[in-house]
Amino acid sequence: MREELIISGRMNASIDPQLTIWAWEIPLYLFLGGLAAGILFFAGLYTILGKEKEFPSAIEKTPMVVPFLLVIGLLALFADLNHKMYFWRLYTTIRLESPMSWGAWVLMVVTPVSFIWAAIHLKKSFPKWKWPYAWLDTTEAFFISHKKILAWIMVIYSLILGIYTGILFSAFNARPLWNTSILGPLFLTSGLSTGAALNIIMAKSQKERHSFSKIDLMLIGIELFLIIHIFMGFLASTQVQIDAANLFLGGPYTAPFWILVVFFGMILPGILEFLELRNYKIPVLIPALLVIAGGLLFRFIWTFAGQASRWLY
Amino acid sequence: MGSRRQFLKTTALGLGGLSVGFSALAYITDFSGLKEATGDMKINLTRTPTYCEICFWKCAGWVYKREDGSIWKITGNDEDQHSNGRFCPRGTGGVGIYNDTDRLKTPLIRIGERGEHKFREASWEEALDLIAEKMKSIASDYGPESVALMNHGSGGKYFGDLLKAYGSTNIAAPSYAQCRGPREVAFINTFGEAIESPERTDIRDTKCLVLIGSHIGENMHNGQVQEMSDAIDKGAAIITVDPRFSVAASKSKYWLPIKPATDLALLLSWINVLTTENWIDKDYVEKNTYGYDLLKAHVSSMTPEWAYGITGIQPDVIRKTAKEMFNVSPAVIIHPGRHVTWYGDDTQRLRAVAILNALLGSWGRRGGFYNPSTSVLPSYPHPPFPTPKTTWRDAFPGQFHLADESVSSKICDATIPAELRDFSFKAWLVYGTNLIMTFPDQAKTIEAIKHLDLMVAIDTMPMEITSWADVVLPECTYLERYDSIRVSPHRKPSIALRMPAFEPKDNTKSAYWMARELASRLGLLEFFPFEKLEDYLDWQLRQMGSSLEEMQKIGVKTFEREADDLYFTPGEQHEFSTPTGKIELYSTAFADEGFDPVPVYTPHPEPPSGFYRLNYGRAPMHTFSRTSNNPNLNDLMDENSLWVNPKVAKEWGLTHNQPVWLQNQDGKKSNFSIKVRITERIRWDSVYMVHGFGHATKQLSRTYGKGVSDTELITNVMTDPIMGGTGMRGNFVTFLTEKPEEALS
Amino acid sequence: MRYAMAVDTKKCVGCSDCVVACQTENNVPIGYCRDWIVEVVDGTYPQLELELRSERCNHCDNAPCVRCCPTGASHILEGGFVMVTPEKCIGCGACITSCPYDARYPHPDGYVDKCTFCMHRVKKGQLPACVATCPTKCMYFGDLDDPTSAVSMVLKTRKHKTLIPEAGTKPQLYFLI
Ligand SMILES: Nc1nc2c(c(=O)[nH]1)N[C@H]1C(S)=C(S)[C@@H](COP(=O)(O)OP(=O)(O)OC[C@H]3O[C@@H](n4cnc5c(=O)[nH]c(N)nc54)[C@H](O)[C@@H]3O)O[C@H]1N2
Ligand SMILES: Nc1nc2c(c(=O)[nH]1)N[C@H]1C(S)=C(S)[C@@H](COP(=O)(O)OP(=O)(O)OC[C@H]3O[C@@H](n4cnc5c(=O)[nH]c(N)nc54)[C@H](O)[C@@H]3O)O[C@H]1N2
Ligand code: SF4
Ligand code: SF4
Ligand code: SF4
Ligand code: SF4
Ligand code: SF4
Ligand SMILES: [Mo]
Repeated sequence: MREELIISGRMNASIDPQLTIWAWEIPLYLFLGGLAAGILFFAGLYTILGKEKEFPSAIEKTPMVVPFLLVIGLLALFADLNHKMYFWRLYTTIRLESPMSWGAWVLMVVTPVSFIWAAIHLKKSFPKWKWPYAWLDTTEAFFISHKKILAWIMVIYSLILGIYTGILFSAFNARPLWNTSILGPLFLTSGLSTGAALNIIMAKSQKERHSFSKIDLMLIGIELFLIIHIFMGFLASTQVQIDAANLFLGGPYTAPFWILVVFFGMILPGILEFLELRNYKIPVLIPALLVIAGGLLFRFIWTFAGQASRWLY
Repeated sequence: MGSRRQFLKTTALGLGGLSVGFSALAYITDFSGLKEATGDMKINLTRTPTYCEICFWKCAGWVYKREDGSIWKITGNDEDQHSNGRFCPRGTGGVGIYNDTDRLKTPLIRIGERGEHKFREASWEEALDLIAEKMKSIASDYGPESVALMNHGSGGKYFGDLLKAYGSTNIAAPSYAQCRGPREVAFINTFGEAIESPERTDIRDTKCLVLIGSHIGENMHNGQVQEMSDAIDKGAAIITVDPRFSVAASKSKYWLPIKPATDLALLLSWINVLTTENWIDKDYVEKNTYGYDLLKAHVSSMTPEWAYGITGIQPDVIRKTAKEMFNVSPAVIIHPGRHVTWYGDDTQRLRAVAILNALLGSWGRRGGFYNPSTSVLPSYPHPPFPTPKTTWRDAFPGQFHLADESVSSKICDATIPAELRDFSFKAWLVYGTNLIMTFPDQAKTIEAIKHLDLMVAIDTMPMEITSWADVVLPECTYLERYDSIRVSPHRKPSIALRMPAFEPKDNTKSAYWMARELASRLGLLEFFPFEKLEDYLDWQLRQMGSSLEEMQKIGVKTFEREADDLYFTPGEQHEFSTPTGKIELYSTAFADEGFDPVPVYTPHPEPPSGFYRLNYGRAPMHTFSRTSNNPNLNDLMDENSLWVNPKVAKEWGLTHNQPVWLQNQDGKKSNFSIKVRITERIRWDSVYMVHGFGHATKQLSRTYGKGVSDTELITNVMTDPIMGGTGMRGNFVTFLTEKPEEALS
Repeated sequence: MRYAMAVDTKKCVGCSDCVVACQTENNVPIGYCRDWIVEVVDGTYPQLELELRSERCNHCDNAPCVRCCPTGASHILEGGFVMVTPEKCIGCGACITSCPYDARYPHPDGYVDKCTFCMHRVKKGQLPACVATCPTKCMYFGDLDDPTSAVSMVLKTRKHKTLIPEAGTKPQLYFLI
């Protein structure tokens, strides 16, 4: 028998017996970031493609929620900080090697853009809206005329933001479960998928809705593919990564992950969306909400399981 | 008296000078580099000397304070032979004893039943008056001899002086009959001298260290741990005999996983091998020992093969290890251990240890046992102590003649009235010993206490023992008081000072003050001529060519030995203080008293099926029951666990960390539960736990109810017929996986 | 200059003096610690091996905790001390999750704290508190660039290992085995 135990010290509750330094704040932050990225991506993409007519909700309405998502996300991040008074230190330096720093700066760009985007579409949703000052009208006009540029910024930065939500984890060599390059694309895909799902809910026309259902089906397919690849990668790797994978293959996270995230958050909504596309009467809200809930749970599970995975020595 | 007043005046002058010396100690250190790392730590340091009271190794060190006067850290004094500038974890964690908010704060007088820990707060006046009145009436009704002092700790000396002045010599410490008594009797009756503390083992220079159960490394007696480490560095072979895979065993060249309670057979077979192979120090044995041929004949049948059947140790391992010892002799130590009250035949086991050392010629030799040297403290003249009419020995006619100290547990026995005895104890003063956790057979301790007319506990903490007291006197901790100058035997004579680093917290006082106040009430003040202990210390130090002022600056002073006699000179024929003047391989005193003059192996009971031998020992970060509530040390280890062999765990379906209750062979159940640690480090016939946990005193907020107390499960006591030691390792326990009704939690 | 520490597992008895000495020296609040003791038992009774290790921050040459810190609070100083500046730390926890050894902890005051190799003592020419107190003298500390330093000498003559070298952090806490 091999026994390994800490006989003294390390009584810090957030470190032992299992790292719990990141609780609900970080996964929520990552989820909201991913969702926001998904929404902005589609809004930007269809603007660039000149498909304002086909995707009015995705371009004009859904992005209205993004400023809220990002603000809540930032509040969650702020809540995670233990030394809050020093929050501003994030913006006194750019640290290219630190995903946290990266994220802070990306959000520095994305958040104002999302506000501007929401603002220039405000009148579409609230026709009676009037800006209190004339210079705001001028500003609005300026941004409307440069909408394509904004759209390009949105597409690029939303992709960065989406990938960042995964890279924040994958940069941590110390946590074998997180330490895989697939996590960036996977979290990006998941973010796009939740964005598409929200667009399904917001869409007025069946056409727009069906377009996003198709997109979502495809994204779910990619997600499942990436998930399988992550686990194949782990199992083909070192013992620590095999151990990490085993958290999901018989370990404590097996049921929550495979049943709640993969089945209820991907496969089932996929089937429902597919059936809906085949004109079965299915309330679209159900698969869309399942995808969003699945995406949220995915972040939580990956955050906690990652902290449970460790090097052995 | 005139000259005394004169003297006090000079002392006062000395003390005036002191404040100057004192401020010189305060200095500011440059911490600029630190700011970045630890935030704000601009500290104005002052340091005061002390010697540690967390155990009885008495390391000397320094207490550092922060600018705000709070305690910062305690470190060793480089000049000190006990610590060599390095404290053990308990000494380092001594800061916690000062900071513990559960401390006793003011004198207490019992209002509830004994054991309930219901008290009212009292003034010192009232508490001391009450004790003095009681002591006076006990003296007149039963004689002063019926008052006993149980003590373990520096301040015990002053209560001892008080008691002797009062007319009783019944002064006992658990460090004898519950601890090292058998070894002292065994060595006195072999070499004419005891081992004493710190042990005179020359581990630093040994080439082979044989540990019989001594778990040095877990037993954290500082100097020994340090020297064992030095010995490892120098490539010494360690041979550890222990049924448990102790830390020392893991560092050993040979680990002999002996079947518990069979050590004497192994020791005798080693003697057999040494004598039959002639692996002995011939010249030394010839010149210095008595009874070699008798011994040799006695062990002739006790071959390794014979011992194998008893101990489970392979004959070739017994031979190989014997050779290993002989090869480097006399630089070999068969360590006498310290807590050796195991199976009731302990004095005989330790005799075998002593004999082995004698055969290998290690006594008085480099790398074996050195000849220690001690400073002599002058004592201020006082009238002679009265001669008591009786002592505890009178309660046990014909017994324990060879005990060289009072037997605490026998005083306990003699407190319970018995028909055949016209004398029993009426009062106990209990200083610094938690007898409820310290004596085996708790029921008996409690019964004895119930027969007392007066029970006074002098302690720093609310403990099991204080809850049984009529009056509790709160002592300030060792960090807040002066105590006697430390003079302990070592390679060189030395002295060390303990002085207060802080004012006593709350309404606490030092033992000296209490004893003197009682003396004053009992009309015995002439035995305490100095009002302040520091004046007495200064007087003593000046006789020795030092002064309080000097010692406050240096803490420790080491002297050169008067003669170059750390070891015997080569070929020396030494005069030993035994009846024959020789090292007695055959003990004439034992023979006279009717005990086996050479040790004889007798088997001990084994655990019945479903039961496991209760083995216990030390954790390096705790001392007995006294530190488990210490905030710093509790932080390192906050409960004990029950070591269970994986085979046993499987049989019982026990899982790691599962709480279990225990029940012993007499049906005694544990108050609390203990978490299972499944580990290969323990045999399948035993379980193991660290002594000192399972406190049932609620006032101990950190440690109450944490873990199990080994003591409460030790109901079978195997008394050593030679010196009265309480053998405690013959108890067997079984697991209760459901909480028993009577359990406290 | 490259400071490093070596711990002799053959002499360490797991007493935890290094833990409590660090706590008092560095004002580490009760309930937290910068160093800790690991016990590893291998084998079956009575064929057993025991390793005791006093662990702490490895002051890695390639420190992920420093790389991932978004504010630069975690940094490396001359001599290889990996340090945290409390006034720059936002307490985001990234460095804690990035350390494969779990050597950092969130200080109750908000910032992240860990072993400093007792830089404040080393600067004054003293040994780190844990090294200075260890009763078995099983810890060695010094400059690896100085071939005569205690740590260089002992690493030259003794077999040693680092923890999780495969994590690529280039740890500078060595264990003599
Ligand atoms: N940390 C710490 N150190 C201490 C103390 C403390 O409280 N805490 N107390 C000090 C004091 S006063 C004392 S007396 C000493 C006591 O320390 P030691 O003299 O070393 O104590 P023992 O009880 O003899 O040793 C306990 C060991 O004996 C083993 N053992 C049990 N049964 C047997 C047996 O039948 N045969 C053999 N060969 N071994 C057996 C156990 O497995 C355990 O490893 O420690 C001193 N040092
Ligand atoms: N079951 C079991 N019993 C044992 C042992 C064992 O291993 N297991 N070991 C035996 C051995 S080897 C020994 S030496 C004895 C030790 O026996 P004790 O010395 O009785 O040990 P402790 O349990 O530490 O109790 C010490 C008491 O002194 C108090 N105290 C501490 N410092 C001071 C002080 O400065 N002033 C005063 N007035 N009080 C103070 C503490 O609060 C505590 O109540 O126990 C023996 N009994
Ligand atoms: S060995 Fe430890 S507890 Fe005992 S006196 Fe020395 S420092 Fe204090
Ligand atoms: S102080 Fe030394 S012997 Fe004790 S645990 Fe720490 S490194 Fe090991
Ligand atoms: S051990 Fe951890 S905290 Fe220390 S330098 Fe290495 S990665 Fe950073
Ligand atoms: S917690 Fe502090 S030191 Fe750690 S990464 Fe965040 S800002 Fe840097
Ligand atoms: S080097 Fe200093 S800070 Fe680091 S563990 Fe040792 S005592 Fe603590
Ligand atoms: Mo003892």
